[in-house]
Order: sequence, then C-alpha cells, then structure tokens
Amino acid sequence: MAKKIAVLSGKGGTGKTLLSVNLASVAGDCLYVDCDVEEPNGHLFLKPEQVRKETVCVKIPVVEKALCDGCRNCVKFCKFNAIAFMKDKPYVFEEVCHSCGGCVLVCPQKAIAEKEKPIGEIRRGNSNRIKSHSGIMNVGEVSGVPIIEKLMEAVRKESGTVIIDCPPGSACIVMESIKDADYCLLVAEPTVFGAHNLKMVYELVRLFNKPHGVVLNKCLPGENPAEDFCIKNNVPILGRIPFDKQLGKLSSDALIAADEDERFKTLFSGLLNKIMEEADDETASDSKR
Amino acid sequence: MKIAIPVEKQNLDAQVAQSFGRAPHFLFYNTKSKESYYLDNTAVADSGGAGIRAAQVVADHGAEALLTPRCGNNAQEVLSGAEVLIYKSIPGTALENIEAFIAEKLVLLDEFHSGMHRHG
Repeated sequence: MAKKIAVLSGKGGTGKTLLSVNLASVAGDCLYVDCDVEEPNGHLFLKPEQVRKETVCVKIPVVEKALCDGCRNCVKFCKFNAIAFMKDKPYVFEEVCHSCGGCVLVCPQKAIAEKEKPIGEIRRGNSNRIKSHSGIMNVGEVSGVPIIEKLMEAVRKESGTVIIDCPPGSACIVMESIKDADYCLLVAEPTVFGAHNLKMVYELVRLFNKPHGVVLNKCLPGENPAEDFCIKNNVPILGRIPFDKQLGKLSSDALIAADEDERFKTLFSGLLNKIMEEADDETASDSKR
Repeated sequence: MKIAIPVEKQNLDAQVAQSFGRAPHFLFYNTKSKESYYLDNTAVADSGGAGIRAAQVVADHGAEALLTPRCGNNAQEVLSGAEVLIYKSIPGTALENIEAFIAEKLVLLDEFHSGMHRHG
C-alpha cells in the first residue's frame, strides 16, 4: 500500500537527501518533496524537467491611516510587538510580523487590510516517473513554515508513495513536514553526537505518535552510539548504509547511487521494502487499537 | 526635560542596562524637577520585538531623550518617529549618566544594530 514517508534527522549532513532520493529512485513512481527550504538539494540529484514555479506569499497587515482612530487595539493585541504606534498611527514592522491576522480582527474601524508578501517559491517538475517538488525560501526570510504548508497540500492529495525530505532538527518547520506522514524514517550517524541528535528526532516522532524506524548511515566496524541508542530504547533498525567511498563519490557527483550501481540498488530496494512492511504493520496494529 | 534610561535596578545608583529592549527596568528622570520613577520592562521575556515595545514605552511616557549603550534598528525607527533623541550612555550608574547628560558630555548614538529577534 502506498505510504507517505518522512525522512528526518537531528542535524544536517546525516544523509536525509541521500536516503530520500535513493528511496524515490527505487520506488520509481512516486512524489519526492524537498522540505529543506533553506537549502533544498534533492533537485541536484533528481534533475527535474519542465519545472513550474509557484510563488508562496504570507499576509502582512496594511493600515489605512484615514480610517484609524488611534484606539491602539492592534498594538496591544500583537504578541510579537510587530506594530508600534507612531505619530498617532499604527506602524507595522513587516519582518517581525508572524502573519497571524489578529490585528485585522481586533480593529473596530476595519482600518487594517492585508497584502501579500512573497517569502519563497515551490518548484515542481518531473524526473522520469518521479514527481519532484522543492520548496525554496527567499534569503533573509525567517520562517519557512508557510512554504511547507503549501508543499503539504500536494502531499495530502497524493494517492501514491511520497518521500518527504525534511529539514534538519526538530523545530516547527520539521513538525510541519512530518504532520501528514504515515511513517518517519530517522537517519543517524555512528557518533556520540549522532546519537544525541537521533534522540531529539526520536522524541519528536514519539510526541507526534508517528510510527518510526532508524537507518544507520556511515556505518563502520566498531562501536556505534546511535545503534546503542536504538537497542536501549527498542527502536527498530531498518537498515545500515556503509561508510563507502564509492557511495560518497557518486553522491558528490550529484548521481543517485541506486541508478548507477547494482549494489546500492539492492541496498535501497531492500530498505524500501522493509519500510513499507513496517509501515503496513504499524497501520494494521493501529487499526486494532 | 524628561529622559529615559534602561537600568538594572530601581535606583539612581543602578548600572545602566547593557541592552535597551531587554533591560529589566526603565528609569524616567525629569532634569528640571529632578523627579524620577521606574517601570518594569514588560517585553523583557517576549519572543521578539522587545526593542519596538521598549521604544513605544519610552515614547508614550513623553521622554525627549533616551540614554542607552546600544539600540536596534527597529527601536530607533520608533524613537525617531516619536522625535526622541538617542544618546550613547557612558559605563557607570544612572546618576553618573544623568550628570553627564546635563553637563552636555554625552553624544548622540550613531550606530544601530539589526534586530536580535528570531536569531537562534
């Protein structure tokens, strides 16, 4: 059964995009969504064609000064201190505004309207049978959440397999990215730092009550603190990606390893099957509850 | 003339606070009548826009000058809109700064930092 799989990690550079594009490649017919809006890079591997761009905007209040009677309700209401009262009129600090729309509602004079402010765009294209959607935030913007919300509209409508390449960390923007996921795949490095970052996203997916499993990346012989964490907390380990020179070379050449080398195709196909089985099991056990 | 100073504690011997928007208290002092009063900074723990809120308080209380070690762009915009002059405070107490201001030893602040909000 088709699933929406979110790939996340507590820090950048653990292999979210490596895993996401390779899973997308072996899935073949699927939707790949790059939610890492500050530095989307999945498109470098997928090289989508016939790219269509859509601007993403947020709403910013605009004060019609002639209608304002200076009651200051908007200034008092704004929890973000984005509106100051200057020369008897409200003044909006656009970069401090969180686009909540509250000031519009509390204005008794209906003196506040909203304008659209572009904060980024979504690029949609095709790479063979893979549909590729990437969110890109404009430089200097502070929150990519509205871009993720827009990306998720297509994710919700999609009936086939979806691979969501999440931003790093466990902040709001990641929460928004995993909301619609059926299964969360956590990628971790074999270091103490890696285990610490794994714990962050592990706590997040537990909080969201999402079925989850771990892929251990950059595996070497010897100790693996991330693996120890999984064993200790009873987190399923779905696969291990070796610390492999060939894999690193292919990725640095912006090639999808599963397309280039049978060895990696086998690795990622096996992983995808395992994820689908796990996700199905979780759905089955959910419905029993 | 009414002046405002961000202060660490509520007395004239208190040190000038190192931040304007995140100062614990504001001192208002009338150089003519020598009267003073203090306000708690309600924006001290706000997630953002503390400088804007602090500037609003200073402007609303009718201060004509602010003595501060530093000031952000947004606060400066509000203060200049309200025609409040911004002077650079000297290291030391509120009283030392009031005396320096009266003796015309303080200079106008000419550097304003960009917002601290939402960084990190």
